[in-house]
Amino acid sequence: MSSRIPLVPENAVPLPSLKANNGLLSWVSSIDHKQIGIMYLIITLIYFLLGGIEALLIRVQLAHPGNDFLTPELYNQLFTMHGTTMIFFVVMPFLIGVGVYLLPLMIGARDMAFPRLNALSFWLFFFGGILLYYSFFTQSGAPDVGWFAYAPLSEKPFSLNKGPTYWALGLLASGIGSVASGLNNVVTILTMRTPGMTMRRIPLFVWMMLVTSLLLVFVIPIITAAFAMMLLDSILGATFFTPAHGGSAILWQHFFWGFGHPEVYILILPAFGIISEVIPVFSRKPIYGYEFVAASTVAIGLLSLGVWAHHMFAVGLGNAANAYFSLASMLIAIPTGVKVLNWVATMWGGRINFATPMLFGTAFIIEFVVGGLTGVAIASVPIDWVVTDSYFIVAHFHYAIFGGSVFAIFAGVYYWFPKFTGRMLSETLGKWHFWLTVIGFNMTFFIQHFLGVMGMPRRTYTYYDMPYWGSMNLISTIGAMILGLSVLIFVWNILVSLRHGRPAGDNPWNAWTLEWATTSPPAVENFELVPPVRGRRPLWDLAHPDMPDEPGAKTV
Amino acid sequence: MENLGGLFNPSSPEMEAMAGLTYYTIALCLVILGIIVIAVAYIIIRYRKKPGDDGEPYQNFGNIKLEIVWTVIPIAMVAVLFLLTCSTMKEVDPPAGDRDPDLVIIGHQWWWEIRYPSSGVSTSNEIHIPAGEKMLVRLESIDVIHDFWVPELGRKIDLVPGHPNYIWLVAGKPGVYLGACAEFCGDQHANMRIRVVAEPEAEFKKWLDGQLAIPRTPTGGIAGEGANLFQTMACMNCHTIRGTAAAARVGPDLTHLADRDTIGAGVLTNTPENLAKWLANPQRYKQGAFMPNMKLSDSEVKSIVAYLEALDEQ
Repeated sequence: MSSRIPLVPENAVPLPSLKANNGLLSWVSSIDHKQIGIMYLIITLIYFLLGGIEALLIRVQLAHPGNDFLTPELYNQLFTMHGTTMIFFVVMPFLIGVGVYLLPLMIGARDMAFPRLNALSFWLFFFGGILLYYSFFTQSGAPDVGWFAYAPLSEKPFSLNKGPTYWALGLLASGIGSVASGLNNVVTILTMRTPGMTMRRIPLFVWMMLVTSLLLVFVIPIITAAFAMMLLDSILGATFFTPAHGGSAILWQHFFWGFGHPEVYILILPAFGIISEVIPVFSRKPIYGYEFVAASTVAIGLLSLGVWAHHMFAVGLGNAANAYFSLASMLIAIPTGVKVLNWVATMWGGRINFATPMLFGTAFIIEFVVGGLTGVAIASVPIDWVVTDSYFIVAHFHYAIFGGSVFAIFAGVYYWFPKFTGRMLSETLGKWHFWLTVIGFNMTFFIQHFLGVMGMPRRTYTYYDMPYWGSMNLISTIGAMILGLSVLIFVWNILVSLRHGRPAGDNPWNAWTLEWATTSPPAVENFELVPPVRGRRPLWDLAHPDMPDEPGAKTV
Repeated sequence: MENLGGLFNPSSPEMEAMAGLTYYTIALCLVILGIIVIAVAYIIIRYRKKPGDDGEPYQNFGNIKLEIVWTVIPIAMVAVLFLLTCSTMKEVDPPAGDRDPDLVIIGHQWWWEIRYPSSGVSTSNEIHIPAGEKMLVRLESIDVIHDFWVPELGRKIDLVPGHPNYIWLVAGKPGVYLGACAEFCGDQHANMRIRVVAEPEAEFKKWLDGQLAIPRTPTGGIAGEGANLFQTMACMNCHTIRGTAAAARVGPDLTHLADRDTIGAGVLTNTPENLAKWLANPQRYKQGAFMPNMKLSDSEVKSIVAYLEALDEQ
């Protein structure tokens, strides 16, 4: 298959070079996918710290019943901003950023299909975030209606301040950037592959990014349209979502979750991709059942479009609708289980090097399975009626998004940092980071399962002094502090290693995909010469000419 | 376990059915988690790279039979869980047919209006029901979306403006069951508490009759002054006291306020002292609530407290 269709004409003037000019301008004006990728990572790290501070303030307020550390108004702003930040300005753009950096390298291309569109996506994300956070400095304060902004609470006359307007505008801007990223990724993956890199040979991370990108293209427009309707309501006095004037409050929920549930898979599929790269390399074995891991991703992507109303079992849609959405949601467990078992089977019989990326990769499996299993449980309608909107759900989705996506992100950062920077992260600090993360994370969230089923509702700035609630919340708060400490160690590790880390060389982990075939960090043009691709592991084939992967490299 | 509440203390047949399904499912989840944890632990011990292990291990690309096995087994599990889901859903939420609701609950930011359509009784935040009897409840909202949740008695159900919902509410035995609003509804979502008081049939009847009584307005003394203040200050713009001109439904009906256990949907225990504190500055206890600080003098507070307490003494 020809892979070099010239979608973009060659530039008459050479692209700005990282080496030629290291000033700020070289970054601001960059259309190099690696520089844009790095900018995504830096900005998401800043938002990760902001979202983390918001989380810690929330946990301090909840440390004991009846606390008055925060006013109700500020508490509501903080949990709204925490959720919005972590989803839209940390996990999602981090995964897009790491994709933008790695996709061209993994498929042996020089850049994305549309480098300028790539830059546009980044800057829309960047300014969307600034627009959202600017709301803190306005008279009315940050949005305080939850990251889901249910109508009619988010509209007049129940929200007279401008917070929800900043929220909708900021997310509208960054959402358009995400659609553009999705399109760019899809076109890049389909048209820019080096000769020999067939769709059955692309790394699994690329497969997962392909499905994620299609989801971005299909579902972000749903919420973009809903934001526009919400803004029409709040600025021009339309009444799409105001029941008092003939609108429908439930319609907003359909739009929001029609986007919001696939969004969950946008947050987790690339994480699955990272894990599918890390586990084989550190187990010294190829991924077990490549076709099944890839195909199950497609299955999850398709199913994810038809499960949104499992967020609405308490709305009163009727039990016929509830039963359908319940079954569809449970079905997602099947392709997800296939993935987990293939990762375990990949490790089985390996010679596993438990360096920091693999520590996070292994812990990911356990933490994510906890979140996945509670996910199947709450797909059952009566169980959802018991636990929805309680702390059980807070525990569930933090196991999925922190225990899942963020653990995978940490694995990915330790794995690819040498490629991004040319230096290794410190293994000692990495192990401190890992163990404090595992302890802090589980201490914070495991106990919340119990708080939830004992009756503690979510999103309350205070709670009543019921038996054990105070001490259980205190344990959770102490766990959050440990988690906060672990993040500081992580940041310290990055800062120290950038200057003093051990030089990495081209391929410190002895990995097999193409990004490791070039220098660390790669030159502007990525490759001097792309190695021949005859199988899924080009660098394995180079190292083992006597036993290359194909034709034996398939599930038998 | 007795005082852990919620799922650990189901107090209605509906909640027992849901708790049973939850336990069963969580147990199944724990078995699966256990298998994964044991497999990973075994791998960590058995397949960890040991010093001197230098070559590459056997390169195994997968096995189709195994893939089919671990696809089919979860499908069977999902099928069982789905069947249990449907049967429990039917048990908890049977159709009501044409029956009129026994109770109407209307959500307000941030309190609950409770109406008994057959008798015309109206109260707030505290729901009296006869123990053991199945009550059909209609739920509405006057403003934003709320959610009715009494963890020991049953399911959550949203109160959606423009979309009335129905549930069955039943308490197996007499007692006080605490609940709260479970859908984020604004500043004081945390202080939108519910008390369900389930009592034997006879006591419930007695309570209902008491609520129906229209009190005489006190004319003399400090309570009489309070009655005047109530009519002349802004109180009557929001509240109802039956037998007087105050008939607004913005805030709770105060006719039998003294009969209730709490003030402000759960923020304070209802004693004359607490009522005085509340009247002096409601914003101190429920910041953001729609009852403003009326800047009443101490003697005005005393009079209004005396009036509200006197209403229920007759």
